[in-house]
Amino acid sequence: MLPLHPQDIQFRLDRLAGQDLYLHLELTTGAYATHLDSTRPSGSAFISNAIVHYTHGSISGTAPYRVGLKTADGWVYAEGLTHVDEKETERLIMAGHDSQGKLIVALQLSREKF
Amino acid sequence: MRAEDQVAMNSKQTQHERILVVFPHPDDEAFVAAGTLAMYIEGGAQVTYACLTLGEMGRNMGIPPFANRVSLPAIRKEELAASCLAIGIQDLRMLGFHDKMIEFEDQQRLDSMILGLLKELTPSLVITFYPRYSVHPDHDATGVAVARTIGQLTVAERPLVHCIAFASNHEKVIGKADVTVDVTSFLAKKMASIRSHRSQFQAAELVGNRELTDEEIRNRFGTEQFWTYRFD
Repeated sequence: MLPLHPQDIQFRLDRLAGQDLYLHLELTTGAYATHLDSTRPSGSAFISNAIVHYTHGSISGTAPYRVGLKTADGWVYAEGLTHVDEKETERLIMAGHDSQGKLIVALQLSREKF
Repeated sequence: MRAEDQVAMNSKQTQHERILVVFPHPDDEAFVAAGTLAMYIEGGAQVTYACLTLGEMGRNMGIPPFANRVSLPAIRKEELAASCLAIGIQDLRMLGFHDKMIEFEDQQRLDSMILGLLKELTPSLVITFYPRYSVHPDHDATGVAVARTIGQLTVAERPLVHCIAFASNHEKVIGKADVTVDVTSFLAKKMASIRSHRSQFQAAELVGNRELTDEEIRNRFGTEQFWTYRFD
């Protein structure tokens, strides 16, 4: 994973627009958040291999970045994105990590199932 | 526990011929039981580690992050195999459940998998997490499934069950651990096991990014504790 460049992500979002895609979207504090700090609630959610079709997708902000995908009836949104898998050419695999390298958020799009 | 009792207990523990370990995540074995398992194995035990998931949803991705949600399972699989090799575990079963989903799994599927292992291996000791006192929902659900499955065997068929507990309130409810194992003689193997989990061990709350001194390693990892599960 390497720090993402917004222009590169925008180019890739444009290429994936207008087709059925498999989505993995996740946000997590980790299961140990409350155990390590009782003032901090543990919370996470993920959805894997949901099918989405967006008409328009963009990246915004300065690092960490936000991505919004406009679908026919709604939106997909993620905040806190910092990294991209630089080796992937077809799939778009983005993640947001904290200063300790821990995953906070993941947003992934692919024509094939994850 | 008096020192002589501990020695007696340790030498008795090494008599187990066949041990079944059931944990949900690659690295659970490293932090909570690697020294004890290495000790049993040196005493001649055959150890089967049933690892339910590949830790696909873990947050630790290396520092700086070198893994993502897609590449993580394959990385954790290699790390797990290396950890088992370091400990000396002879039989690793990766059972293909999904990380974070154990509590939602079909109970019958989970229980019949555990029962199958018990019938096949007839272990005298099973090591797992203490039901409801192990913080992570996967840990708790794993302990619950193991206790539920073994509880359905006849008393004569039941192996000894040693559980790990670390919820913040656990001692208030289940008391102090009744099994304390001094693993200082096996720390080299235990640390090799922990370090095999390259995507995980750097985490600040575990080992951090610096080298620990021998004394810190002894204090932090030199003792392993278990609670004998009571079925009554």
